[in-house]
Amino acid sequence: MSDAKVAVMDSVWQGGTHPYAINSKKFGMWLFIISDALTFSALLMAYTYLRLSTPDWPKPFIFVPSIIFSSVMTFCLLSSSLTMVMAVHSMNHGNRKATVRWILATMAFGLGFVGLHLTEWLNLINNEHVTPFHNEWGVPLFGGTFFALTGLHMTHVIIGVIYLGIIAFAVGRGKFKYEDVEVSGLYWHFVDLVWMFIFPLVYLMSARL
Amino acid sequence: MSDHSEAIAVEHVGGTTVSFLYVWVALLVMTGIEVFLAYEQLPTLIMLTALMGLSVIKAALIIAYFMHLKFEKFSLFLTLFPMLVLCILLMMIFMPDSIRSLLMRAQ
Repeated sequence: MSDAKVAVMDSVWQGGTHPYAINSKKFGMWLFIISDALTFSALLMAYTYLRLSTPDWPKPFIFVPSIIFSSVMTFCLLSSSLTMVMAVHSMNHGNRKATVRWILATMAFGLGFVGLHLTEWLNLINNEHVTPFHNEWGVPLFGGTFFALTGLHMTHVIIGVIYLGIIAFAVGRGKFKYEDVEVSGLYWHFVDLVWMFIFPLVYLMSARL
Repeated sequence: MSDHSEAIAVEHVGGTTVSFLYVWVALLVMTGIEVFLAYEQLPTLIMLTALMGLSVIKAALIIAYFMHLKFEKFSLFLTLFPMLVLCILLMMIFMPDSIRSLLMRAQ
């Protein structure tokens, strides 16, 4: 490589170097995460606003079994983050077989979360008669905000499981690099991170013994 | 380009298995504390403050260790997070209005 070419590569203003020392895929995912974080923030703010302005906001989550149930869901997501970080760690060390195994474990925890969440939804719909537009407590906004917030999160989890499935398949076939696994990991950890705010605000603040 | 990407990947080892386990245990313990607080049925304001405090700590741990931000250049953090926090704080401008709305309904 000539001296002139090296000089261009070294200059940030010429676009020849990475100003954040990360690749464009990872930076793109970070930008997506920040914009998605604002979406969830807006939904959580709307939920909190409506809750504060409604005198008799319902508390449908009985400690046993609802809160215990949602705590197990939280455990699933937290554990899936650990397995995902182990997948990234394995890929960083070039161990593709271990990477696939850790990603499959992450997907299993993710599917476990979705299964538990759907069970909880069905319990609310069938036993407590809560729908997005109606409930027995006379606060229809509860159902609307609850299903919108948790539904959007569950959609993210389902998309994440599909995304990880594609990554695992490709990594197993010797395709994709470390950065691809790391970027999928960033998305998965973000899904976990959002739940760290939904769980206390929606469930724990509406718990009763 | 691919060589350059590989070089970046190798540079970002960031964290060990033991440190990830510690973070996972810390997250589980804090979740346990949150559930315990819900069981104790504390006054709403204390409960909200404690839960949000713990959630912010949990989020910071996930971002720093699991999302590797601790091991990235500080400029990445400065580009992304002050703006996010500012936008979230700006959203809170609506909150006093919810109390006004509650008081109007009570009248």
